[in-house]
Amino acid sequence: MDGLRRKVALVGVDESDELGYLPHKVALQLHAEAARNALADAGLKKDEVDGLFTAGVSTAVVAEYLGLRPRYTDTTTVGGASFLMHVEHAAAAIAAGLCQVALITHGQTGYSNRSRGVRPAVDPTLPAAQFEAPYGVAGPPSVYSLACTRHMHQYGTTHHQLAEIAVATRKWATLNPKAMMRDPITIEDVLNSRWISYPFHLLDCCLVTDAGGAVVVTSAERARDLRKKPVYLLGCGEAHHHALISQMEDLTTMTAAQVSGKQAFQMAGLGPKDIHVAEVYDSFTYTVLMSLEDLGFCAKGEGGAFVSGQRTAPGGNFPLNTSGGGLSYTHPGMFGIFTIIEAVRQLRGECGPRQVRGAQVVLCHGTGGSLSSAATLILGTG
Amino acid sequence: MAEYRKPIPIPSPETAPFWEASKKRELLIQRCQECGRFYFYPRPLCPHCLSPHVEWVRASGRGTLYTYNINYRATYPGFAADVPYVMAIVELEEGVRLMTNLVDVKPDPDQIKIGMAVEVVFEDVTPDISLPKFRPASRG
Repeated sequence: MDGLRRKVALVGVDESDELGYLPHKVALQLHAEAARNALADAGLKKDEVDGLFTAGVSTAVVAEYLGLRPRYTDTTTVGGASFLMHVEHAAAAIAAGLCQVALITHGQTGYSNRSRGVRPAVDPTLPAAQFEAPYGVAGPPSVYSLACTRHMHQYGTTHHQLAEIAVATRKWATLNPKAMMRDPITIEDVLNSRWISYPFHLLDCCLVTDAGGAVVVTSAERARDLRKKPVYLLGCGEAHHHALISQMEDLTTMTAAQVSGKQAFQMAGLGPKDIHVAEVYDSFTYTVLMSLEDLGFCAKGEGGAFVSGQRTAPGGNFPLNTSGGGLSYTHPGMFGIFTIIEAVRQLRGECGPRQVRGAQVVLCHGTGGSLSSAATLILGTG
Repeated sequence: MAEYRKPIPIPSPETAPFWEASKKRELLIQRCQECGRFYFYPRPLCPHCLSPHVEWVRASGRGTLYTYNINYRATYPGFAADVPYVMAIVELEEGVRLMTNLVDVKPDPDQIKIGMAVEVVFEDVTPDISLPKFRPASRG
């Protein structure tokens, strides 16, 4: 199954001008800054964009704000995996000739929304409003923790193993000037941080920031004339499994990730051992541990052992979340696009002190909703 | 009695029988008359085979704890007085799972055991709505 292998390239990536606590900016501005920066990175003009992809807000709103008139759009919004799905959808559209230059944008003010009183509207007829919210289910910490407790029960996964991920990810963040949290932490710091939702300590949880990001995708042929060395899409996959955590069949296993990962590897003609760097959405330490199992980097239940001994830290043999991830770099709400930005930079060799030498194949993986949806991309230089 | 400030379910056409039964201390689930499988949450088409021929069944109210968490921050302002409180997914004897709160238990991982037997209790939150919650099963 070649599918979309090497049909398109990622030719421009960047964040918004600033990341962090940005009470002076709204989400649309962050979309626009990131879009301008990513187009400049690609060496493309705004008027060449004919496909627009975003999540959380309609492409009509973003297109108008940016002064774009796209002929192909997609507002797939399934949480943090959305932007990885957009790459797959953009690739399919480009391969079919429906657009030539696809711009994927993200802007979110998870931090500033709190003081602005911005809350998502809840439709009272939806199952979540009737069968989960009355019990206090609201937001990822109260959801992902339910899955983690079950994994700990079933496989003996420990708080210490989860903390290994937080500590290793922070080490990468110390090497990224754009990361918000750059002071090193220890396992004990994680274990001594306050409880948010047992079994999660504060330092098991991602940041809440304001940030934007954008990615430009075009055909492999067009990519050859652009500014930067093309990064090719080698494989991709996506899947949904459920929406509510109470509808998830096995809370220790993310079926959607198994499906998306398997398809991406098959399309690329590669396996887990061929991956040089992994950028795996880390909404929580546990999200990473579970994803590594379901993507096939280790067997089910062995994620805790896999990440032990700071294996995923700089200098370890499994470079993971080299930007500092959602845990330490930035996390405005739906982190997925930042896994792609970092992957492209690693493949171009632009990462300075955190550059992984010889990175030629990088896996990006996004998780959305209540461990509901997943998307996997395998990107490469050749 | 203080005003109830947590999210309150608003019954919809497809869920009204569930909420009416809860008020009477009955826990209803659904079973497909074509494929024979139980399911929850309520919907008029079977999620297994999309048959519209489904029936309401009164569940025993007994089950086991599938998983839980202990919340140290109020996820909604109305939960502030309850912190720390326990959310749980319970697997009913009939095989379906539902979200709930585990009550009448210390919010302590040493006291709460996955797999423990639990039973339904109903909390009257408004004159129209009673929420099914679960507590450790009484012996016998």
